[in-house]
Amino acid sequence: MPVLAFREALNQAMSEEMERDDRVFLMGEEVAEYDGAYKVSQGMLSRFGPRRVIDTPISEEGFAGIGIGAAMVGLRPIIEFMTFSFSLVAIDQIVNNAANVRYMSGGQFAVPIVFRGSSGMAGCLAATHSHRLEAWYAQIPGLTVVLPGTPADAKGLLKSAIRSDDPVVFIEHENLYGEKGEVPEGEHIVPIGKADIKRPGSDVTLITYSRSLKTTLAAAERLVDEGIDPEIIDLRTIRPLDIETLINSVVKTHRAVIIEEDWPYCGLGAGISDRITQAVFDELDAPIRRVASKDAPIPYNRAMEASMLPSVDRIVAQVKDVLYKK
Amino acid sequence: MSQVQTEAKPVVTRNQALGWLRQMMLIRRFEERAEMMYQKQKIGGFFHQYSGQEPVAVGSIGILREDDYLITAYRDHGHALARGMEAKPAMAELLGKATGCSKGKGGSMHFFDAEKGFLGGHAIVGSHIALAAGVAFAIKYRGGDQVCLCYLGDGAINQGVFHEALNMAAMWKLPVVYIVENNQYAMGTSLARSSALLDLTIRGATAYGIPGYSINGNDVELMAETALEAVNRARAGEGPSFIDAQTYRYKGHSISDPAKYRLKEELDEALKNDPIFVYANVLRDRNWIDDATIERFTEEVKQEIEESIEFAEQSEQPPLEAVYEDVTVAPFIPQE
Repeated sequence: MPVLAFREALNQAMSEEMERDDRVFLMGEEVAEYDGAYKVSQGMLSRFGPRRVIDTPISEEGFAGIGIGAAMVGLRPIIEFMTFSFSLVAIDQIVNNAANVRYMSGGQFAVPIVFRGSSGMAGCLAATHSHRLEAWYAQIPGLTVVLPGTPADAKGLLKSAIRSDDPVVFIEHENLYGEKGEVPEGEHIVPIGKADIKRPGSDVTLITYSRSLKTTLAAAERLVDEGIDPEIIDLRTIRPLDIETLINSVVKTHRAVIIEEDWPYCGLGAGISDRITQAVFDELDAPIRRVASKDAPIPYNRAMEASMLPSVDRIVAQVKDVLYKK
Repeated sequence: MSQVQTEAKPVVTRNQALGWLRQMMLIRRFEERAEMMYQKQKIGGFFHQYSGQEPVAVGSIGILREDDYLITAYRDHGHALARGMEAKPAMAELLGKATGCSKGKGGSMHFFDAEKGFLGGHAIVGSHIALAAGVAFAIKYRGGDQVCLCYLGDGAINQGVFHEALNMAAMWKLPVVYIVENNQYAMGTSLARSSALLDLTIRGATAYGIPGYSINGNDVELMAETALEAVNRARAGEGPSFIDAQTYRYKGHSISDPAKYRLKEELDEALKNDPIFVYANVLRDRNWIDDATIERFTEEVKQEIEESIEFAEQSEQPPLEAVYEDVTVAPFIPQE
């Protein structure tokens, strides 16, 4: 199986979908002549031409809205945000229009659009460029929210997102773009709404997504060394949540730790913890613990920023806590 | 008889003209009766009357083809009716019924009619201006020659998205026509208190190098003629236009607004030049209509609106389970 970088897997997904469906096009800042701010769309302009790979001015709200309007009358736009931090100036379009037009029109219109781009704490970018907004978008009925953690999932999920008839918020962690992994060629589809059990285990359920998957897998090695057998679940889609897979796992392990890069208060883990508690409280042998970022804006300083993130140490500590181990 | 002349040479046949007059009468009657229904608490939420502005929608929509699109803001009843939506689903929507044009989920500000290319009533000021550019983008992408008309209020010009969308629409020569329904007030804030320039064509057309028109939007035939020129330009691939259509709303911004920020004399002056009255006189002067026909229209329109009220009142409420319907195309899984 070919080994691709995460960004190449995304490129392959978009290119294959554009090849098979003329309604699909890519629009955003620097996606065409610059070959992508993060080189995700490298070579796509020369392959598909300026009709389908379109550079925009720095007008996120404007081109997000243009994408939605085009989707309402049947096209399938891929709108790239250079980073989801910039989606904040387009959030009216995403929340009020993309998510609601179908509902407010009594089902007369669909909005088959993908909003995709980088996200997360990527290294010395400071507070305005390090946002993790997945919990914001996951709260909105009408949106689908996807965060791939591996190159193979990046390809398979993006193909599903482009084929979805509903608006999809597709969040890529900036630090994963160079990450390499095996990616199936051609028709590789990963269904939306299905979590992936990355490592079966019996002692504790570790629930994570996106870049934190890597840290969680690293923590698992330490845990195994210490005689703990964790089950690791990569959510992949956070709305709709694959609650069934989570419940099945917790019923088996009776313990759960959620590892996420977003803020703790009203963060994604809070919602997931609530769903599990409501469903199988009696199965839990310990409170659900969360490893999230610290509750502060993201600092520029490298060491300070690193201290914000879920780390192997923090994960191991919380796992020991739910297992009542010192 | 009336001294008033429409400024445009007739761009319509007699039949079309009579249709436009009747449509304006229908919209006026719809709004007046709907307001009464609101006062009887049959209608809730925000309710923005279109009375006084009818020629803007009727004249411009009147020159569209069936396969064209239009989109507007929250003062949307008139546009829907002008595009041929029946009064029944419109009134039923106001009453929140399952038979409403948005199944009771949109209400007054969110009328939709996909079959007629009516892409909605949108209630975040300015937000739909980008959607219109997107619809036009899709038309051009497919190589079609349809157009999208986009209505907005004078207040919406002050939103950033207006300038973002117009810049891209102009740069990419998208087939969209922006029509400002300039009723002089952004809610209660007059144009003079919200716009650095009173000539909106400088901000909406000159700034983006596209044709700008500043016209009396209450002259239905001038509105039609101007819209047609802009639409033809868009169909020919020459890009967007901007029309500042001056008009006046008789009522407050919404039903809860007694409009104390403007003088009574200003309203009285507007009422004296009521566009429906004026157009009826124009058609009389052309010998295109007589009093008996006007009387017949009045009765027909009355009847049509009363029937719509009866239909709306007798329609079923949507079942409560329908809150989960029409959220997504894929089966919706509530995250509860």
